[in-house]
Amino acid sequence: MADGKNQSLFKGRPIKILLAKPGIDGHDRGILVLAKAFRDAGMEVLYAGLLPTPEEVVETAVNEDVDVIALSLLNGAHMTVFKKVADFLKEKNINDISVVGGGTIPDPDKSKLEEMGITGNFGPGTTLSVIIDHVTKRAAEARELKML
Amino acid sequence: MDKVDGDYWKKKIEKLQNDNPGNNPEYSRWKESTLEPWNKKTNLQEKEYINSSDISIKELYNSGDLRKGQEETYLGSPGEYPFTRGIYPNMYRGRPWTMRMFSGFGTPGDTNSRLKYLISHGESGLSIAFDMPTLYGYDCDSKRADGEIGRCGVNVSSLRDMEDIFDGIDLGKVSTSMTINAPAAVLTAMYIAVAKKQGVPLDKIAGTVQADILKEYIAQKEWIYPPEAHLRLIRDMMVYCTENTPKWNYISISGYHIREAGSSAVQELAFTLADGFYYAEMGKKAGLDIDKFAQRLSFFFNSSINFFEEIAKLRAARRIWATVMKERYGAKSERSMMLRFHTQTSGYSLTWQQPLNNIIRTTIEAMAAVLGGTQSLHTNSYDEAWALPSEEAVKIALRTQQIIDEESGMADTIDPLGGSYYMEWLTNKLEEEAYKYFDEIEKMGGILEAVKKGYIQREIAKTSYRRQTRLEEGKEVMVGVNKHAEEEEQPISYLKISPKAQDDQIEKLRKVKKARNENEVKKALKDLEKAMLDEEVNVMPYIIKAVEEYATLEEISNVGRKVFGGWKEPVIV
Repeated sequence: MADGKNQSLFKGRPIKILLAKPGIDGHDRGILVLAKAFRDAGMEVLYAGLLPTPEEVVETAVNEDVDVIALSLLNGAHMTVFKKVADFLKEKNINDISVVGGGTIPDPDKSKLEEMGITGNFGPGTTLSVIIDHVTKRAAEARELKML
Repeated sequence: MDKVDGDYWKKKIEKLQNDNPGNNPEYSRWKESTLEPWNKKTNLQEKEYINSSDISIKELYNSGDLRKGQEETYLGSPGEYPFTRGIYPNMYRGRPWTMRMFSGFGTPGDTNSRLKYLISHGESGLSIAFDMPTLYGYDCDSKRADGEIGRCGVNVSSLRDMEDIFDGIDLGKVSTSMTINAPAAVLTAMYIAVAKKQGVPLDKIAGTVQADILKEYIAQKEWIYPPEAHLRLIRDMMVYCTENTPKWNYISISGYHIREAGSSAVQELAFTLADGFYYAEMGKKAGLDIDKFAQRLSFFFNSSINFFEEIAKLRAARRIWATVMKERYGAKSERSMMLRFHTQTSGYSLTWQQPLNNIIRTTIEAMAAVLGGTQSLHTNSYDEAWALPSEEAVKIALRTQQIIDEESGMADTIDPLGGSYYMEWLTNKLEEEAYKYFDEIEKMGGILEAVKKGYIQREIAKTSYRRQTRLEEGKEVMVGVNKHAEEEEQPISYLKISPKAQDDQIEKLRKVKKARNENEVKKALKDLEKAMLDEEVNVMPYIIKAVEEYATLEEISNVGRKVFGGWKEPVIV
């Protein structure tokens, strides 16, 4: 966490992030690497395990009051399933949890996901530092809203 | 079951180590008198050379790196025990490897067209990819399946879908591989039912169903029930198919997914063969004669980007399987000792960046598979880090195999790298490291216990994280990713799955349900439940009956969910 402002935001309580593969998808290589990387970067990491539904992901995120939900899918269903996560959050009027995504996501889908508030949408070959920086930035946004 | 020797692995390791080379005076002499002065003079920057298995590689190998008895005991000749150089006496001169492209997307109709397209361009065997809901035993109209229909493969909800996939394709003339695991018994039953409808006798249907559930818990993570329940269903399928479908290979023991999940080459080798040994023991336990069923087990390996390591892995796999089947499991027939395998090039090695580079990666990996003596091969398409492959991309991938086969001369002679000091040393090394894993796994109570404890999964996760860290540090290179990267990546055109596939499938399933005899369906499912509850009963005939009544995949899977329950994996991270 290079940003000085972020440092103070997370003082006393590190970034709390929920990693999830909503939908029916067992490709967990990437998400397991990220879990370790986020932990090494000092974050508090929760992993929802395999096969949670979008509802379950949102419920866990709210109960645990995480800063960020990080979604991963490599099964091509991101446009439907990621959207459901964003929709459930909206339904519950939750705006202080940021959502980031990643997986096998073709370029044209990325802007559509951004419009739903799901950012990052990192594809294969993205370096961990790029992902960690992005998550930190989005966590800071969530944390500021939590402090209001 | 005959008692197996618990100390077998330990003794084996001792034997190998006893045969390993000691000092290498010629290498030491050369290094001191020629190499080091040269390195000093040319100011060589020392660098670490290791492969995926974390094995350090020297700059040179010579005869001093070979084992005692290298040629006669460990190498032998093709078509002869221990089959290091190949399982057939004439290898590709007798028959080229089967070019088998893994295909499946959208609706059964979409997939039927793709299969016919591939057949028309010279593909010699079919291979079906199923979508995620099918792999997990959900129908297309399940709420859980929303957005996933046809995305990762073809959707199959009922027998009608299977009929449509193979419409106009004579099951008596093709061989078909189906990548399906948790619901393998159901899809096999559907294939049998389609064959019956086409009037093809069951002893004529040829192919492979993956049905390797152990590697699902290890790597691909597509399960429905707890391991023991799936293993029982697979046992029933083994017994049924041994008796009824002599050309149907009922388990394809798969290292592919173990590797893709992040393992090294040696972990892929060790964990896959350990799974294989488990199935061999399971067959013996079910009362089958090892020489009747072992020949029906086939393997499926990954070919990744470290060329020599992959070839060595495949050669070591053949030797280990032959040796252990003979020595530990008492196989008498050479066919039981021959490790036959399919290979797929590595999906993980493909990059989203500069996607055309993937054609080169796939070519190198396909060459390794061929030089490693594969029986069949799938080559990945260059656009697969983006999406399922387009027709154009899949054709280049198929042509890659045809160029290797028909232009390059690579298939002209058998095991052309046999006898290379480096190749033999590396084969020996991977073999020895695999035996160490077998011993470790045995100490944990066997592979099933090791998986249930999460040991294997954690080993893989560790390797995968280390590899990622090395990439981040620039210690390993992916061209276009962490080196030679370009700022602006142009999007490529790629295959798009229409959301209409989902609607069409749901509508079709509605019609199937309307047309079937509900009472017969209910009865078939009830009978299946009774059969599942009795460990001694073989469920296969009941599953076949249920699919023939057009009971759906999910309905059949739900009977099992009720009887066996579900599964939550141990914590890996």
